[in-house]
Amino acid sequence: MKNKKITLKSTLVAYMYLSPMLIFTLIFNFYPIIKSFALSFYTKYNFYTDQVSAIGLDNFKYIFADPDFKKATINTLIFVVGVVPIAVILAMILALLLYRIKFLASFLKTIYFLPFVTSTVAISLVWQWIYNDQYGLLNSFLGYFNIKPINWLNDPHWAMFALIIMTIWKSLGFNIILFLAGLSNIDKRYDRVAQIDGANTWQRLRFVTIPLLSPMTFLITVNSVISGFKVFDEIYILFGGNPGPGSSALTLVFYLYRAFYTESQYGIAAAAGVVLFLIILAVTLIQFWYSKKHVHYV
Amino acid sequence: MNKRNLTKGLSYLILFLGALIMLIPFLWMVDTALKTAPETVQTPPTWFPKHWQFNNFVLAFKAAPFITYFINSIIVTFLTTLGQLVTTILAAFAFAKLNFFGKRPLFLICIGTMMIPGEILIIPNFVTLSHLHLINTYGALILPWLASVFSVFTLRQTFMSISDELYYAAKIDGSSDWNFLWNIMVPLSKSSIIAIVILQIIGSWNSFMWPLIVTNTDNLRTLPVGLSTFTSDAGTEFQLLMAASTIIIVPIIIVYILLQKHIIEGVSKAGLKA
Repeated sequence: MKNKKITLKSTLVAYMYLSPMLIFTLIFNFYPIIKSFALSFYTKYNFYTDQVSAIGLDNFKYIFADPDFKKATINTLIFVVGVVPIAVILAMILALLLYRIKFLASFLKTIYFLPFVTSTVAISLVWQWIYNDQYGLLNSFLGYFNIKPINWLNDPHWAMFALIIMTIWKSLGFNIILFLAGLSNIDKRYDRVAQIDGANTWQRLRFVTIPLLSPMTFLITVNSVISGFKVFDEIYILFGGNPGPGSSALTLVFYLYRAFYTESQYGIAAAAGVVLFLIILAVTLIQFWYSKKHVHYV
Repeated sequence: MNKRNLTKGLSYLILFLGALIMLIPFLWMVDTALKTAPETVQTPPTWFPKHWQFNNFVLAFKAAPFITYFINSIIVTFLTTLGQLVTTILAAFAFAKLNFFGKRPLFLICIGTMMIPGEILIIPNFVTLSHLHLINTYGALILPWLASVFSVFTLRQTFMSISDELYYAAKIDGSSDWNFLWNIMVPLSKSSIIAIVILQIIGSWNSFMWPLIVTNTDNLRTLPVGLSTFTSDAGTEFQLLMAASTIIIVPIIIVYILLQKHIIEGVSKAGLKA
């Protein structure tokens, strides 16, 4: 009797179990998704009475004409392109090294994972201090190589770079753990067969391990891209509540936050949110399409 | 096998160098937190404080209501995690073992919402909560997070792996769904549940944007938000800023070190399923 029949009673019982979760999901998850799309079309909206007196495309017209929105989009793309490839490749290299050692492996894993568990706010403050142009650790370190102090956080040319470095640092541990999980899922026999066939370490890595790891690489890349598009906390703290010098670190989520929280432009903020969603969706779909050709599932 | 030892040595060299880079910000934070104000701005910087200033922690606690922030963080983290755990266990059970009308479409809709970036939900949720007069209350900090589709999905996968035979055998023996869930399913899924709980604790403890938006008085701020407001007050008192950062980072590191096996396992599992 594998498949018990669906009856009215069994349905009632099931919904009793589901109801606590459903109530909160309906109010704070399903409804806001629909409402957010609706909000993006509200051009005259009284938030106190929840009355909509005009709808249209004005919010979208506004953001597409807004130079700040363009800047936020470009900055977000620069950020994602700056962070993801390095973060993924570095994590893969470190995971491959960690996977091959036994002594101290779990100790090292613990250290690499440390930034993942720590508060972004607190650790961004620490980085703000490290990046300090006068007394910061980084500039004094670079001083040993006769590099002149760089104004990391106040120079528009360096601000995004500083943000990218910190984000890579923070994301490494999480990606390493996922890569290690992927590696331990690979059947060791493949490697052994290649070894018997006379493949050297590098060839086994290049033609066996890395292709077999590709589903995990793909997953980590997609995940990193998505979280890259949502960067906010780091920016807020690193640049003291501002989107960087000359808005050089203004990203899409920061734009959304500013429109909503500082300027109370709910419709515009919602429209920015919808565009963010569509961009993430498009990029994810492109990645899935690309993966069909290049990811090897066994 | 000389070449082998060489690669091994090189591996360790790279890994230790990397680990050092991961640790430096933490060490630098504690180091600065223990210095006097003049020593923090000394060039070149010193790695060992000349006179250890444990007093900085006291001063940081005095400079801002960190005890209140701390208590708020604990209350919010505890209630969110507990509430979410209950809703998750019940819903995951229904999706894994019960039969009902609309199961498949409902499940697919739930999965579908995971595609939507959470930032989109902020505006309507803020509007909802202000209509309920809940802005700047614990309600605003906790209620939106009492259900997590991601947790339900993760736990459902674990529940599915518990055999149906066990379920039907227990039913024939007269055990109710309720007893079966709490006495057999939950204990058998302990490691998944611990993983979900830990990830939720970390997320809740470190959450920033939402509490920033829905609180506007000190008595309701959580640690991350309190710390961010403190930065504008503390200005360039780096030793106090770093002492405050240490206060917020240390508890979660203790939790992490105590439970790291579960955390790493949990993250790998959740990652593999996604």
